[in-house]
Amino acid sequence: MSKIIGAQAIINSLINEGVDVIFGIPGGTVIPLFDVIYDTPEIKFILCRHEQGAVHMADGYARTTGKAGVVIVTSGPGATNTVTGILNAYMDSIPMVIFTGQVALPQIGNDSFQEADTVGITRPITKHNYLVTDANDLPRIVKEAFHITSTGRPGPVLIDIPFDIQRLEIDYECPKNISIRGYNPKYEGHPQQIERVANVITKSKRPVIYSGGGVILSNASEELRELVRKSQIPVTSTLLGLGAFPETDTLSLGMLGMHGTWYSNKAVQECDLLICIGARFDNRITGNVQKFSPNSIKIHIDIDPTNIGKVVETKYPIVGDIKRVLKKLIPKVSKLDTKSWLKTIYGWKMEHPLKYEHNDVIKPQYVIEKIYEFTKGDAIISTSVGQHQMWVAQYYKFTKPRTLLSSGGLGTMGYGFPAAIGAAVGNPDKVVFSISGDGSFQMNLQELATAVRSGLNVKVCIMNNGYLGMVRQWQDLFYNKRYSGVELKDCNPDFVKLAESYGAVGLRAENTSDVDEVLKKAMEINNIPVLIDFKIEEEENVYPMIPAGRSMDEIMDR
Amino acid sequence: MRHTISILVENKSGVFTRIGGLFSARGFNLDGISVGPTEDNSVSRLTIVTHGNDKIIEQVNKQLNKLIEVIKVIDLTLEDHVERELALIKVSCNSETRSEIMQIVNIFRANIVDISARTLTIEVTGIVDKVQALINLLRHFGIREVARTGAIALKREYERT
Repeated sequence: MSKIIGAQAIINSLINEGVDVIFGIPGGTVIPLFDVIYDTPEIKFILCRHEQGAVHMADGYARTTGKAGVVIVTSGPGATNTVTGILNAYMDSIPMVIFTGQVALPQIGNDSFQEADTVGITRPITKHNYLVTDANDLPRIVKEAFHITSTGRPGPVLIDIPFDIQRLEIDYECPKNISIRGYNPKYEGHPQQIERVANVITKSKRPVIYSGGGVILSNASEELRELVRKSQIPVTSTLLGLGAFPETDTLSLGMLGMHGTWYSNKAVQECDLLICIGARFDNRITGNVQKFSPNSIKIHIDIDPTNIGKVVETKYPIVGDIKRVLKKLIPKVSKLDTKSWLKTIYGWKMEHPLKYEHNDVIKPQYVIEKIYEFTKGDAIISTSVGQHQMWVAQYYKFTKPRTLLSSGGLGTMGYGFPAAIGAAVGNPDKVVFSISGDGSFQMNLQELATAVRSGLNVKVCIMNNGYLGMVRQWQDLFYNKRYSGVELKDCNPDFVKLAESYGAVGLRAENTSDVDEVLKKAMEINNIPVLIDFKIEEEENVYPMIPAGRSMDEIMDR
Repeated sequence: MRHTISILVENKSGVFTRIGGLFSARGFNLDGISVGPTEDNSVSRLTIVTHGNDKIIEQVNKQLNKLIEVIKVIDLTLEDHVERELALIKVSCNSETRSEIMQIVNIFRANIVDISARTLTIEVTGIVDKVQALINLLRHFGIREVARTGAIALKREYERT
């Protein structure tokens, strides 16, 4: 046991947890922590330009590496700026530990300078949070935080640390065991229920697997592939589940839901058994719940019991870790005779493929297809939120888990670019593409500085249509083209010059014929961010589309 | 349907807010809440009264269990249990009405715990319906103030013979 100050105890605990990178911004109440970081070469500190960016970076790092992301920010505005990023991570179940500074204990409650009730503000958007009131608790709290964030259904954990706590001397001993009596996630699925589910699957005639982000979080991609190979059940995926099952496989139906493929939605609608694995029947998937997959028996495998029965009634729930449940399920499932069902689905695939019109004006779908071609599907792709996000989901063929970063639950514009930076920090050997709209990119473009400073291999592709495109699309389709508050083109910056002013490389594609060349150029540049401004068709819409709250009967397609 | 849910939680600051916040964030009904220490210093017991259909109550139970500082959730509605609420009722009186009020108090096996020239303060314990019935009966005398604890409850035990 040794005597050290609280700040040192925190950093020691981080090293014990295997943390090698921290994202953040310093400030008055975390200077003691930064003073320790100064002497800690084991941990790389990435200085961000806005706390929201820091949280999204930690999120991108966590999604691609599977390790919890770590953020340090100061009190008050530093803490409140993290809120969007934390909720984003909470809704997508991303492991992350956020350290916020707090005013000194005696000052709490006095409306002190840069004081905020951070635990109060973040209580509903974290898996758990702590206000440290005794420096001796620090080693235990940090240990608990890392345990809670990454086990069960992952989610962000926040630790609020008053300034004086960081400077108090404590006897430091890294706790070996933790026991939290109110926290016991269930990992093993109920054996008899697994038996029953195997029987139901074997008896089904028209089964569909509906796979979600939980498969990736549980590292169960291999098991999912094995289950599908063995049973020959077609697979459709949520946005966050893309990559768990290779989209190049004939059994893949691509994404389902509002902008999912026609045939995946049709298959879900017509199936007699819907096997939901690590997804939660979000309203962007179900539309009108009453009309969603009306004739199917539902199986639902999820680690979080609150997800089960929340939206649709599930006849066969299994609460447990997907990897472990699938491992037990696979040997009990035999090959199904799905030939005629698959034939029907292939018919739908032929009749209603994803399609767009090709011409001289750049089509965003074409750019995505080209990026897939250039990266051979081997890159990490991040998106922000909006039309470009759906085009990526539709036209990039994800074949590996942890290669797509997208804000699914919260739908945070501005997520993609910082998330890509976090991914690049965690995966220095990979090419990372940040695909954004012109609107989304401008919500966190200040992080260009962070990317340039770290010499990261990030390719920023802006699908520049001069609009907040998804809102424009809704106004086009449902509000009689009354475009209200969506026009950006009259005052967009020159993105190429903007990139250059930060020290990044800026490129532009104005016509379809430029696309190949700029992408080729971008791929040749290493260790310096490249921004490509793609001037795309301004009023291109995303199809197919099931209008919000509607069902497959009302799907709109080209 | 009305449900009485007993929740054992870590005796730490902020737990109460977590539970209250959960109810408002998820749109669950919170008809009553009471909190107090238990036989174990590190544990508090919250008793919550809520209502909703089976699907909602299932979510209430699951969401409560999901909170890290919640140790145990027991839906007492599904079991035989004892439930009590305590209320203090300050009612107006004068020399004419005082004895009538005292009769009512006796019938309810309630107690008078404070008396002044113009008021009586009554202490009553019982199931929520009994407390409400007494309040209803006293209303026409003029109720000045009411303080209610909200229901608390424990599971009944049976000795096996």
